[in-house]
Amino acid sequence: MQHLLSAADLDKESAISLLDLAEDMAETADRPHKKLPALRGRTIVNLFFEDSTRTRISFESAEKRLSADVINFSAKGSSVSKGESLKDSAQTLAAMGVDAVVIRHGSSGAPHLLAHRGWIHVPIVNAGDGTHEHPTQALLDAFTLRRRIHKNHSRGKDLAGVRVAIVGDVVHSRVARSNAWLLTTLGAEVTFVAPPTLLPASADSFPVAMVTNLDEILRQRLDAIMMLRIQKERIQGAYFPNEREYTRVWGLTADRFGALNENTFVMHPGPMNRGLEICSQAADSPSSTILEQVANGVFVRMAVLFSVLTGNEEL
Amino acid sequence: MSTSVTFAGATLPNGDVANVVVKNGRIVDMGVDVRADEGEVLDVSGLRVLPGFVDLHTHLREPGYEASETVLTGTQAAAIGGYTTVFAMANTLPVADTTSVVEMVWQRGHDAGYATVRPVGAVTVGLEGEALADLASMANSRARVRVFSDDGKCVADALLMRRALEYVGAFDGVIAQHAQEPRLTIGSQMNEGLVSSRLGLTGWPRVAEEVIIARDVLLAESTGARLHICHLSTAGAVDIVRSAKARGVRVTAEVTPHHLLLTDDSALDYDARFKVNPPLRTSDDVLAVRGGLADGTIDIVATDHAPHPTESKDCEWSEAAFGMVGLESALSIVNMTMVETGLLSWADVARVMSTNPAKIGGVGDTAGTLEVGRPADLVFVDPRVHRVFGPEDLGGRSANSPYFGREFPGKVVHTMRHGYFTVRDGSLIDAESVRSHAFADAGRVEDNG
Repeated sequence: MQHLLSAADLDKESAISLLDLAEDMAETADRPHKKLPALRGRTIVNLFFEDSTRTRISFESAEKRLSADVINFSAKGSSVSKGESLKDSAQTLAAMGVDAVVIRHGSSGAPHLLAHRGWIHVPIVNAGDGTHEHPTQALLDAFTLRRRIHKNHSRGKDLAGVRVAIVGDVVHSRVARSNAWLLTTLGAEVTFVAPPTLLPASADSFPVAMVTNLDEILRQRLDAIMMLRIQKERIQGAYFPNEREYTRVWGLTADRFGALNENTFVMHPGPMNRGLEICSQAADSPSSTILEQVANGVFVRMAVLFSVLTGNEEL
Repeated sequence: MSTSVTFAGATLPNGDVANVVVKNGRIVDMGVDVRADEGEVLDVSGLRVLPGFVDLHTHLREPGYEASETVLTGTQAAAIGGYTTVFAMANTLPVADTTSVVEMVWQRGHDAGYATVRPVGAVTVGLEGEALADLASMANSRARVRVFSDDGKCVADALLMRRALEYVGAFDGVIAQHAQEPRLTIGSQMNEGLVSSRLGLTGWPRVAEEVIIARDVLLAESTGARLHICHLSTAGAVDIVRSAKARGVRVTAEVTPHHLLLTDDSALDYDARFKVNPPLRTSDDVLAVRGGLADGTIDIVATDHAPHPTESKDCEWSEAAFGMVGLESALSIVNMTMVETGLLSWADVARVMSTNPAKIGGVGDTAGTLEVGRPADLVFVDPRVHRVFGPEDLGGRSANSPYFGREFPGKVVHTMRHGYFTVRDGSLIDAESVRSHAFADAGRVEDNG
C-alpha cells in the first residue's frame, strides 16, 4: 500500500491484512513498555488544514508509539492562514525531506492531489477530506465491529452477513462514505438511514441500501447502528426543520434505544451531540462501542502508517 | 501590400468547389473559374471555406484581469480558432455596465484587429442583480451593444429579468441569461449525481438551470421579448427550449464545445481544469444537447472561453476557479462530436458557428454569411488532419485547457478578417502587421457602421 486515500481503494484481502496488523499493534498496548522501534528515524507530518484535535492526537499517538518523529503542521498560525497554497505547503514539506504526510483538509480530494500531482513523493494518509472520505475512521469502525463479534478470534475474519445501519447526515459525512465502501468490501450489509434531504443525490452512488424510516430498520435484525453527528448549521440549508423534530424522527432516543436488541452495538464517530442524534442512555450503555472506537483508532492508524512507510512486504 | 487574394479550389459549405476572390476587404467573386486580375493565388484545394466564426460568449478579461487574458491575446486565441468576431462578456473589473467600459473594450479590439470585438453589456449594475445598468446608453454608444448579460451570475430576480427583457426591445437587444438559480447552487462544485456523491463535492443540480430557463421562456413569451440562453447543459433544458420554440417564443440557445464532449466523470481525478460553470453533466445530457443542436433547438455553439491563471486551477477543486479556455479547440470538437457523427453537415457548422450567432448578436448584416459583396471574414478548415492537442495549440495568455493529449480531428489553416490574414498556414500573423492592416481597413470595412 503506497498511500491511503480512500476506503474504496482497499480490497478485501488488504483490508483484512490491515485489521490483522492492527490486532498486532493492539497486543503491544498491553505491554508495560508500549513503544515500538518500527519507524525510528522516520519523520511524519500531520498536515491539518482543519481543526480536529481528536483525529490529530490519535495519529500523533500512533506515530509516537511507532517511534516516528512527529511534526504537527496546523493551518492556524502557519503560512497557510496567510494564504499559502496546498501546492506550496506540499513542496515545502518535500524540500524538508519528510517521510510521510497525514493530511486533514476541508476540500474533498486534497489528499488525492498530494499523492498524484508530483508536488511531493512520499506516502499520503487521508485523515479526512471535506465531505469525501475518512478511511482510517472506517478501518477503526470495522476493527471495532470485528472485535466485538469475533473477540479473540478476530484475525483473518471478515464481516460477512453483518448488518449495519448508518444514520444521520449521510450526504455531508466522510465517515459514512468510507464505511459504505469498507464495510461492504468486508461483506457487511450497510443501510443509510436519513431524511431524504440528507441522503446522497444518487441512490446508485454507493453499494448500500438507502431508506428514510429509522423505526422500520430498527425492527429488523441489526448488528450495529452507527449514529452520525448532526450539525445545527444544516437547519439554515433547510435540510430539516429543527433539532427537536430531527431527534423525534431520526434520533436514537431513549425509547428507541430501549426497544433495541441488546446485542446491537451502538457506534458513533464522535464528537457526539448528546440529546440530538444520540441519547446518553445509549452512548453510556454496555452496547456502546464509542470509547473502544477511540482506543482502536490508535491501533488502526499504527497499522496504516507502518504499512505505507515500510511497504509492508509481509502484508 | 496586395489587396487581392484568390483562394483557388475551396470547398464551399454546400460541398461545391469554387474559387473565392477577395479584394479590398470584401468577397468580390465566387465561382469555378473566377480569379482576381492581380494579387496572390492561394491553393486551398481540400480545405473547407466557412464564414469566419462568431463567438457569442468570450471572456476577454480586460479590463481588470489582464493576468488571465487581454483583448489582444483573447482575439489572438480567437483567430487561431477561426473566429473573426467575438462578443466580450461583461464580468470584468470594472464591470462592463457603462458606456466608458464597453467603448474601451470595443476600441481595444478595433485597434488590435484580430477580430471584431462586440462588447456585451451587463444587465445589472456591477452584476449585482439589484438595479438595471445603463442599457440604452451602452446600445447607443460607439460599442453599439446589443447583447446584455450578467454571465457568471444569473439575473435571478424575476422582476428585473422581465423589465430587462422588455426594455432592450427598444433597440432590438437581447438578454443572454446565465441560468443558475442561486439558492439551489450554494457552494456547488460539480454536477449533482453519482460522481458528486462519491467524490463528496457539493452538487450543482440540473433543476437549478432548468427552473430559470422555464421561468425565462415564460417571461419572454408573456412580453414578446427576445431571450438567449447561455451555455445550456441539460437534457431537461433542451426539452424546455424545444417546446417553447414550438409555441413561437422568441428564444435562442447556445451550447459550449465542452458540454458537447465531456461528462462529469472527468472530475474523478479532482483535476480542476474540468471545473466549469455550468458543470459537465452526464452522457445522457451530452447526447441531448447534441440532438438539440442537430435539430435546431439549440441555435449556436459558443465557447464560453474562460481564461484563468495557473494557480487558479493547480489547487484543490473547491478552491479552483470555474471555466476553461475554448476558442482554439472549438472547431475540432464540433467536427468530432457533430460532423463525424453525422449530426451536422458543414453547411450546418457554418450556420451554428457563424450565421446564427451573428444574427443573435445583431451583426448579421456584416458577419456570418459567405456571400459576394460582404466583408471577407473567412476561415479555411482542413477536416482531414488529426492532431494531438497541446499547449502549443493555444493562442491566448492562459493555458487552462482540459484537452491536452487528446487527439482531435480537423484544424483551422487560415483565418482572414476583412480581407487580411490573421492566421496563415496555422500560424498567427504578428500583432504589428495585423494592427496596420486593421488601421488601413478602418476606413474601408466599417464593422460598427
